Amino acid sequence: MTDATAGKLSAQEEKERQKRLKYYSASQWTLIWWRFKRHRAAMVASIVLGLMALMGIFAEFVAPYGPTTRDTKYIDGAPQIPMFCDQNGCSIQPFIHGVSTKRDPVTLRAISIPDPEKRVYVTFFAKGEETRVLGFIPTNRHLFGLSDPQAKLHLWGTDSLGRDVFSRTMYATRTSLSIGVIGVLISFVMALLIGGIAGYAGGMTDNVIQRITEVVRVVPIIPLYMGLAAAMPKEWSTTQVYFAMTLILGFFGWPTLARRIRSQLLSIRNEDYVVAARLAGARPGRIIGQHMLPSFTSFIIVDLVISFPYMILAETALSFVGLGLRPPTVSWGVLLQQAQSVRVIEQTPWLFIPALFVVVAVLAFTVIGDGLRDAADPYSEAR
Amino acid sequence: MLRFTIERLVGMAVTMLLVSMMVFIIMELPPGDYADRYAFRKYSGTGVSVTEADIQAIRVELGLDKPMVLRYFDWIGNIVLRGDFGQAFAFETSVVKVIGDKVWLTLAILFTTLIITYVVSIPIGIYAAVKRGSAADYGLTIFSYLGLALPNFLLALILLYFANRWFGADIGGLFSAEYKDAPWSLAKAWDLIKHLWLPAVVLAWSAVAYQIQTMRATMSDELNRLSVTAARARGVPEGKLLIKYPARLAINPIVSTIGFDVNRIFSELPIVAAVLGLTELGELLLKAYLDLDMYVAGAILLLLTFMIVFMNFLSDILLAWLDPRIKLGA
Repeated sequence: MTDATAGKLSAQEEKERQKRLKYYSASQWTLIWWRFKRHRAAMVASIVLGLMALMGIFAEFVAPYGPTTRDTKYIDGAPQIPMFCDQNGCSIQPFIHGVSTKRDPVTLRAISIPDPEKRVYVTFFAKGEETRVLGFIPTNRHLFGLSDPQAKLHLWGTDSLGRDVFSRTMYATRTSLSIGVIGVLISFVMALLIGGIAGYAGGMTDNVIQRITEVVRVVPIIPLYMGLAAAMPKEWSTTQVYFAMTLILGFFGWPTLARRIRSQLLSIRNEDYVVAARLAGARPGRIIGQHMLPSFTSFIIVDLVISFPYMILAETALSFVGLGLRPPTVSWGVLLQQAQSVRVIEQTPWLFIPALFVVVAVLAFTVIGDGLRDAADPYSEAR
Repeated sequence: MLRFTIERLVGMAVTMLLVSMMVFIIMELPPGDYADRYAFRKYSGTGVSVTEADIQAIRVELGLDKPMVLRYFDWIGNIVLRGDFGQAFAFETSVVKVIGDKVWLTLAILFTTLIITYVVSIPIGIYAAVKRGSAADYGLTIFSYLGLALPNFLLALILLYFANRWFGADIGGLFSAEYKDAPWSLAKAWDLIKHLWLPAVVLAWSAVAYQIQTMRATMSDELNRLSVTAARARGVPEGKLLIKYPARLAINPIVSTIGFDVNRIFSELPIVAAVLGLTELGELLLKAYLDLDMYVAGAILLLLTFMIVFMNFLSDILLAWLDPRIKLGA
């Protein structure tokens, strides 16, 4: 289209033309992003997951207390929900009622009773425990706290040792999400290697690798993870156990992705551009990495995203039964160890709050995966 | 058909052989060996001091001083030839005795779960496909998202809580207290059936969610076929038509993933069993892992995988019978 004809177009048509031009000149990734943005649920899920990741990364700042700090005055305590009004009138600044400890007249156990006459105000950026955000920025400010540094705010209650459930959940979010990320990365590298070799070589090599993949797929996965986790020496430090867990989860997460990579590679193995690269003397690693993989990177990303839930659920399940991470490490599964019986649902239901995080994280990853799958092939018919 | 069956049988044998090697490696993984743990268990707290020579003697006696490859052949040979899975040292008896009728309980749970899965998911999947885009369809989609997201142990706890409130305290486990150690009788079997539904519902939950989506997707594809339009034009009643043309074909992906469902059920079994207090293989497996009773663990892992492989085989045969094209293609 020349400038002369463009000048005659109405403003409306000009706008339309610009839009189309933008569409046709956009890169594949821009198109994928545009399409993903249209998937409302997936966008919401991304935001939720982003918030969760922020909570985990800045756990020291978001959590008012450390993961093992005990409040012996408030054991098995119910969530304290900040309020604006009580029988003495209202206030703009939210507050909670102070807690005073009394002895149970029958059992002589210390029980904490809220004192409706005493107000403790909730403040943001309150001074509290000394911590290091991200492990190196020293601070004593936390996202929120109480005006009275002696009193403690337990937004989601406390467990049987008086540890703050909210704070622990924040730290657990970091552990659980990071295990998922590392696990997925490990399984991605393995899938790339195994699927790459099988798909590129084909023939006998492919047959042997397919057999092995079949064996890993046929053994029930959680019992298999358990067997490997059970083999971890009891005297290992929590850090060692953490890394061993990521290895275990990553080590058997590859079959699905490896199959995907293999079949894609097999299908484009004899395309002209691949043959051309081969004839030009490129080595297999370069042909796979530079020429073949880019044609289906978006699908690999989809598969990676949808394998997250399995990692998270597996970690949670293993830690829940005591074969995964061990206290004092906190992860969602470790926190839920305390919530193993019906008695807990009846007496201290707030210990199940970490389970909500598991459900939300898994849902978010699944929905994002769906959105990405729709967006992954932006050249297909737009719906 | 015979050739196809034999091919599949051979494939099954090869897979099981490779699986048994992997299981054996897992059994060998924990630090220390059987002799160490045996000596520790037998003599700890008794004041007898155990020397390295004593442990070595136990090792020789049990044949543990041989190289790993030979031990593997001993182990697998005993299983295949004599049905002997080795010693369960936590109970000081043979693995076969420990496992015993738990295999049947596990199979009972498995089949109840499978029946619930298919009886629920197939009709609902068909319904969702026919009513695409309706409120019910969206509701089912949300349900199937939850099916993946809700950890099964959480679901087990929630159901246990409500079951306790509505039906009284005696709902967990597989038997009521009075039948736990009683010999098998009709009353005991009935008691088992009354307890089976809870674990079966928990285990079927995610499989149902998944299979509804599968059924809905394939059914939607099949509904667009010309054969369906033609049948409708001939005036075949809608209900009969749905079953005769699209549903018959749409069921194939479900049949082909039976092994996959069994795999998923067994994968979830140990944790659900731990929460619900079921006394079957999954719970025993978890216990064996926690105690490092690796002969028991290996035997159970092998048995569970064998059931999966066998169900895979059955589903292949069933599929070939349902859809002869597959047999020719393979």
